[in-house]
Amino acid sequence: MAIEPVIFWVFSTILVLSAGAVVTVRNPVHAVIFLVLAFFTSAAIWILLEAEFLALALVLVYVGAVMVLFLFVVMMLDINIAPLREGFVRNLWVGIPVLAIVIYELWVVVGEKQFGLDKVAAPAGHAADYSNTKELGSILYTVYMYPFELAAVILLVAIVAAIALTLRRRPQTKYQDPAQQVLVKRGDRVRLVKMAAEKKQ
Amino acid sequence: MISLSHFLVLGAILFSIAMAGIFLNRKNVIILLMAIELLLLAVNMNFVAFSHYHGDTAGQVFVFFILTVAAAEAAIGLAILIVLFRNRRTINVDHLDSLKG
Repeated sequence: MAIEPVIFWVFSTILVLSAGAVVTVRNPVHAVIFLVLAFFTSAAIWILLEAEFLALALVLVYVGAVMVLFLFVVMMLDINIAPLREGFVRNLWVGIPVLAIVIYELWVVVGEKQFGLDKVAAPAGHAADYSNTKELGSILYTVYMYPFELAAVILLVAIVAAIALTLRRRPQTKYQDPAQQVLVKRGDRVRLVKMAAEKKQ
Repeated sequence: MISLSHFLVLGAILFSIAMAGIFLNRKNVIILLMAIELLLLAVNMNFVAFSHYHGDTAGQVFVFFILTVAAAEAAIGLAILIVLFRNRRTINVDHLDSLKG
Protein backbone atom coordinates (compact mmCIF):
# COMPACT_ATOMS: atom_id res chain seq x y z
CA MET A 1 0.00 0.00 0.00
CA ALA A 2 1.28 3.41 -0.93
CA ILE A 3 2.17 5.83 1.84
CA GLU A 4 0.52 8.89 0.24
CA PRO A 5 -3.12 7.98 1.01
CA VAL A 6 -2.18 7.23 4.62
CA ILE A 7 -0.49 10.61 4.99
CA PHE A 8 -3.39 12.36 3.30
CA TRP A 9 -6.11 10.77 5.40
CA VAL A 10 -4.29 11.13 8.71
CA PHE A 11 -3.38 14.77 8.18
CA SER A 12 -6.69 15.79 6.64
CA THR A 13 -8.54 14.23 9.56
CA ILE A 14 -6.41 16.18 12.01
CA LEU A 15 -6.88 19.31 9.91
CA VAL A 16 -10.67 19.10 9.82
CA LEU A 17 -10.92 18.26 13.53
CA SER A 18 -8.65 21.12 14.55
CA ALA A 19 -10.51 23.53 12.27
CA GLY A 20 -13.73 22.46 13.96
CA ALA A 21 -12.11 23.02 17.33
CA VAL A 22 -11.00 26.53 16.33
CA VAL A 23 -14.57 27.68 15.88
CA THR A 24 -16.11 25.79 18.80
CA VAL A 25 -13.75 25.88 21.79
CA ARG A 26 -14.59 28.22 24.62
CA ASN A 27 -11.18 29.73 25.29
CA PRO A 28 -9.71 31.97 22.55
CA VAL A 29 -6.17 30.93 23.52
CA HIS A 30 -7.06 27.31 22.82
CA ALA A 31 -8.59 28.39 19.52
CA VAL A 32 -5.29 30.00 18.52
CA ILE A 33 -3.39 26.84 19.44
CA PHE A 34 -5.78 24.72 17.37
CA LEU A 35 -5.31 27.13 14.47
CA VAL A 36 -1.55 26.57 14.76
CA LEU A 37 -2.21 22.82 14.58
CA ALA A 38 -4.38 23.36 11.50
CA PHE A 39 -1.60 25.33 9.81
CA PHE A 40 0.98 22.66 10.63
CA THR A 41 -1.14 19.84 9.22
CA SER A 42 -2.00 21.76 6.07
CA ALA A 43 1.71 22.45 5.62
CA ALA A 44 2.22 18.68 5.69
CA ILE A 45 -0.49 18.22 3.07
CA TRP A 46 1.14 20.89 0.90
CA ILE A 47 4.43 18.99 1.11
CA LEU A 48 2.47 15.98 -0.14
CA LEU A 49 1.44 18.21 -3.07
CA GLU A 50 5.12 19.04 -3.71
CA ALA A 51 4.74 22.70 -2.73
CA GLU A 52 7.64 22.59 -0.30
CA PHE A 53 8.43 26.30 -0.32
CA LEU A 54 4.87 27.33 0.47
CA ALA A 55 4.58 24.68 3.18
CA LEU A 56 7.70 25.98 4.91
CA ALA A 57 6.61 29.59 4.38
CA LEU A 58 3.28 28.71 5.98
CA VAL A 59 5.01 27.31 9.04
CA LEU A 60 7.59 30.10 9.30
CA VAL A 61 5.43 33.10 8.41
CA TYR A 62 2.05 32.01 9.66
CA VAL A 63 2.84 29.92 12.71
CA GLY A 64 5.99 31.87 13.50
CA ALA A 65 4.70 35.40 13.05
CA VAL A 66 0.97 35.79 12.52
CA MET A 67 -0.17 33.21 15.05
CA VAL A 68 2.24 34.53 17.66
CA LEU A 69 0.76 37.97 17.01
CA PHE A 70 -2.72 36.52 17.53
CA LEU A 71 -1.57 34.86 20.73
CA PHE A 72 -0.10 38.13 21.99
CA VAL A 73 -3.30 40.03 21.32
CA VAL A 74 -5.55 37.35 22.80
CA MET A 75 -3.47 37.18 25.96
CA MET A 76 -3.06 40.96 26.21
CA LEU A 77 -6.76 41.77 26.06
CA ASP A 78 -8.63 41.09 29.25
CA ILE A 79 -11.78 39.67 27.73
CA ASN A 80 -14.81 38.36 29.51
CA ILE A 81 -15.71 35.38 27.34
CA ALA A 82 -19.15 34.59 28.75
CA PRO A 83 -21.15 37.36 27.00
CA LEU A 84 -19.35 36.60 23.75
CA ARG A 85 -20.56 33.00 23.84
CA GLU A 86 -24.26 33.75 24.23
CA GLY A 87 -26.28 32.78 21.19
CA PHE A 88 -23.78 30.04 20.31
CA VAL A 89 -26.25 27.20 20.79
CA ARG A 90 -29.07 29.18 19.19
CA ASN A 91 -26.90 29.85 16.13
CA LEU A 92 -25.90 26.18 16.07
CA TRP A 93 -29.33 25.31 14.69
CA VAL A 94 -28.66 27.62 11.75
CA GLY A 95 -24.97 26.88 11.45
CA ILE A 96 -25.08 23.08 11.25
CA PRO A 97 -27.65 22.89 8.38
CA VAL A 98 -25.81 25.63 6.48
CA LEU A 99 -22.54 23.73 7.02
CA ALA A 100 -24.08 20.51 5.73
CA ILE A 101 -25.70 22.19 2.72
CA VAL A 102 -22.53 24.05 1.70
CA ILE A 103 -20.38 20.93 2.05
CA TYR A 104 -22.88 18.93 -0.03
CA GLU A 105 -23.07 21.61 -2.73
CA LEU A 106 -19.31 21.96 -2.97
CA TRP A 107 -18.96 18.17 -3.00
CA VAL A 108 -21.36 17.99 -5.93
CA VAL A 109 -19.27 20.58 -7.77
CA VAL A 110 -15.77 19.29 -7.02
CA GLY A 111 -16.49 15.62 -6.35
CA GLU A 112 -15.02 12.54 -8.05
CA LYS A 113 -17.33 12.97 -11.05
CA GLN A 114 -15.68 16.23 -12.07
CA PHE A 115 -12.14 15.97 -10.73
CA GLY A 116 -11.60 12.24 -10.27
CA LEU A 117 -8.47 10.44 -11.38
CA ASP A 118 -10.06 9.63 -14.75
CA LYS A 119 -10.64 13.34 -15.41
CA VAL A 120 -7.40 14.78 -13.99
CA ALA A 121 -4.64 12.21 -13.94
CA ALA A 122 -2.22 12.24 -11.03
CA PRO A 123 1.01 13.86 -12.20
CA ALA A 124 4.26 11.98 -12.08
CA GLY A 125 6.37 13.04 -9.12
CA HIS A 126 9.32 15.31 -9.68
CA ALA A 127 12.87 14.01 -9.67
CA ALA A 128 14.80 13.95 -6.41
CA ASP A 129 16.95 16.95 -7.38
CA TYR A 130 13.89 19.12 -8.24
CA SER A 131 13.82 22.35 -6.30
CA ASN A 132 10.40 23.87 -5.78
CA THR A 133 11.96 27.02 -4.33
CA LYS A 134 14.16 27.50 -7.38
CA GLU A 135 11.26 27.10 -9.79
CA LEU A 136 9.02 29.44 -7.77
CA GLY A 137 11.81 32.01 -7.52
CA SER A 138 12.61 31.90 -11.23
CA ILE A 139 8.98 32.63 -12.13
CA LEU A 140 8.39 35.08 -9.25
CA TYR A 141 11.31 37.35 -10.13
CA THR A 142 10.60 37.41 -13.87
CA VAL A 143 6.95 37.00 -14.84
CA TYR A 144 5.46 38.20 -11.56
CA MET A 145 7.93 40.98 -10.85
CA TYR A 146 5.39 43.81 -10.53
CA PRO A 147 2.95 41.87 -8.34
CA PHE A 148 5.90 40.87 -6.19
CA GLU A 149 6.89 44.49 -5.64
CA LEU A 150 3.25 45.40 -5.00
CA ALA A 151 3.20 42.72 -2.31
CA ALA A 152 6.20 44.42 -0.71
CA VAL A 153 4.35 47.75 -0.77
CA ILE A 154 1.29 46.12 0.79
CA LEU A 155 3.44 44.78 3.62
CA LEU A 156 4.94 48.24 4.13
CA VAL A 157 1.47 49.78 4.25
CA ALA A 158 0.46 47.14 6.79
CA ILE A 159 3.44 47.97 8.99
CA VAL A 160 2.74 51.71 8.85
CA ALA A 161 -1.00 51.24 9.41
CA ALA A 162 -0.59 48.87 12.34
CA ILE A 163 1.89 51.17 14.08
CA ALA A 164 -0.09 54.33 13.32
CA LEU A 165 -3.26 52.75 14.68
CA THR A 166 -1.84 51.52 17.94
CA LEU A 167 0.68 54.26 18.72
CA ARG A 168 -0.42 56.58 21.48
CA ARG A 169 1.45 59.23 23.40
CA ARG A 170 0.63 59.25 27.06
CA PRO A 171 1.12 62.59 28.83
CA GLN A 172 3.11 61.06 31.68
CA THR A 173 5.51 59.18 29.43
CA LYS A 174 9.11 60.30 29.86
CA TYR A 175 11.07 60.62 26.66
CA GLN A 176 14.11 62.54 25.46
CA ASP A 177 13.83 65.53 23.15
CA PRO A 178 17.22 66.00 21.44
CA ALA A 179 16.38 69.55 20.33
CA GLN A 180 15.77 70.61 23.91
CA GLN A 181 18.94 68.83 24.98
CA VAL A 182 21.04 70.70 22.43
CA LEU A 183 19.50 74.07 23.30
CA VAL A 184 20.54 73.88 26.95
CA LYS A 185 22.82 76.74 28.07
CA ARG A 186 25.43 76.45 30.74
CA GLY A 187 23.46 78.77 32.95
CA ASP A 188 20.48 76.40 33.01
CA ARG A 189 22.50 73.64 34.59
CA VAL A 190 25.39 75.14 36.61
CA ARG A 191 25.05 77.83 39.24
CA LEU A 192 28.30 79.33 40.48
CA VAL A 193 28.06 80.54 44.02
CA LYS A 194 30.58 82.97 45.36
CA MET A 195 31.38 82.52 48.99
CA ALA A 196 34.09 83.64 51.27
CA ALA A 197 36.80 81.21 52.23
CA GLU A 198 36.32 79.82 55.67
CA LYS A 199 38.99 80.24 58.28
CA LYS A 200 40.51 77.26 59.98
CA GLN A 201 39.49 77.18 63.60
CA MET B 1 -4.65 6.75 -5.03
CA ILE B 2 -5.54 10.31 -4.12
CA SER B 3 -7.28 12.31 -6.79
CA LEU B 4 -7.59 16.06 -7.20
CA SER B 5 -11.13 15.97 -5.87
CA HIS B 6 -9.90 14.65 -2.51
CA PHE B 7 -7.97 17.86 -1.97
CA LEU B 8 -10.79 20.01 -3.33
CA VAL B 9 -13.32 18.39 -1.01
CA LEU B 10 -10.91 18.87 1.90
CA GLY B 11 -10.70 22.55 0.99
CA ALA B 12 -14.48 22.70 0.71
CA ILE B 13 -14.95 21.16 4.17
CA LEU B 14 -12.42 23.58 5.66
CA PHE B 15 -14.17 26.51 3.98
CA SER B 16 -17.58 25.41 5.25
CA ILE B 17 -16.33 24.90 8.81
CA ALA B 18 -14.82 28.38 8.82
CA MET B 19 -18.03 29.84 7.39
CA ALA B 20 -20.12 28.07 10.02
CA GLY B 21 -17.67 29.40 12.59
CA ILE B 22 -18.46 32.93 11.46
CA PHE B 23 -22.17 32.17 12.03
CA LEU B 24 -21.59 30.61 15.44
CA ASN B 25 -19.18 33.19 16.89
CA ARG B 26 -20.84 36.33 15.59
CA LYS B 27 -19.93 38.29 18.72
CA ASN B 28 -16.25 37.50 19.19
CA VAL B 29 -14.06 39.51 16.82
CA ILE B 30 -10.97 37.40 17.55
CA ILE B 31 -12.66 34.17 16.51
CA LEU B 32 -14.02 35.96 13.43
CA LEU B 33 -10.47 36.93 12.41
CA MET B 34 -9.30 33.34 12.95
CA ALA B 35 -12.20 32.04 10.85
CA ILE B 36 -11.10 34.38 8.05
CA GLU B 37 -7.62 32.88 8.27
CA LEU B 38 -9.19 29.42 7.94
CA LEU B 39 -11.17 30.55 4.88
CA LEU B 40 -7.97 31.77 3.23
CA LEU B 41 -6.24 28.49 4.13
CA ALA B 42 -9.01 26.54 2.43
CA VAL B 43 -8.68 28.63 -0.72
CA ASN B 44 -4.92 28.20 -0.67
CA MET B 45 -5.39 24.44 -0.38
CA ASN B 46 -7.39 24.48 -3.63
CA PHE B 47 -4.78 26.61 -5.37
CA VAL B 48 -1.92 24.32 -4.36
CA ALA B 49 -3.87 21.21 -5.36
CA PHE B 50 -4.71 22.60 -8.81
CA SER B 51 -1.14 23.79 -9.24
CA HIS B 52 0.16 20.29 -8.51
CA TYR B 53 -2.30 18.36 -10.65
CA HIS B 54 -2.07 20.72 -13.63
CA GLY B 55 1.71 21.15 -13.39
CA ASP B 56 1.42 24.94 -13.39
CA THR B 57 3.47 26.97 -10.90
CA ALA B 58 1.22 30.03 -11.26
CA GLY B 59 -1.13 28.65 -8.62
CA GLN B 60 1.67 28.54 -6.06
CA VAL B 61 2.66 32.11 -6.92
CA PHE B 62 -0.93 33.13 -6.27
CA VAL B 63 -0.86 31.38 -2.89
CA PHE B 64 2.31 33.32 -2.12
CA PHE B 65 0.49 36.61 -2.72
CA ILE B 66 -2.55 35.47 -0.75
CA LEU B 67 -0.27 34.67 2.19
CA THR B 68 1.25 38.15 1.93
CA VAL B 69 -2.09 39.92 1.85
CA ALA B 70 -3.46 37.71 4.62
CA ALA B 71 -0.52 38.54 6.87
CA ALA B 72 -1.07 42.26 6.25
CA GLU B 73 -4.79 41.85 6.88
CA ALA B 74 -4.16 40.02 10.15
CA ALA B 75 -1.73 42.71 11.35
CA ILE B 76 -4.11 45.57 10.57
CA GLY B 77 -7.13 43.67 11.88
CA LEU B 78 -5.43 42.98 15.20
CA ALA B 79 -4.30 46.62 15.43
CA ILE B 80 -7.89 47.76 14.92
CA LEU B 81 -8.98 45.21 17.52
CA ILE B 82 -6.52 46.62 20.06
CA VAL B 83 -7.64 50.21 19.43
CA LEU B 84 -11.25 49.07 19.72
CA PHE B 85 -10.62 47.34 23.03
CA ARG B 86 -8.72 50.35 24.33
CA ASN B 87 -11.59 52.71 23.57
CA ARG B 88 -14.63 50.56 24.34
CA ARG B 89 -13.25 47.94 26.79
CA THR B 90 -15.10 45.25 24.82
CA ILE B 91 -14.74 43.28 21.60
CA ASN B 92 -18.39 42.30 21.39
CA VAL B 93 -19.65 42.98 17.88
CA ASP B 94 -23.10 43.84 19.26
CA HIS B 95 -21.67 46.81 21.13
CA LEU B 96 -20.11 48.36 18.03
CA ASP B 97 -23.14 50.47 17.22
CA SER B 98 -21.83 54.02 17.62
CA LEU B 99 -22.35 54.64 13.89
CA LYS B 100 -26.05 53.87 14.20
CA GLY B 101 -27.91 56.72 12.52
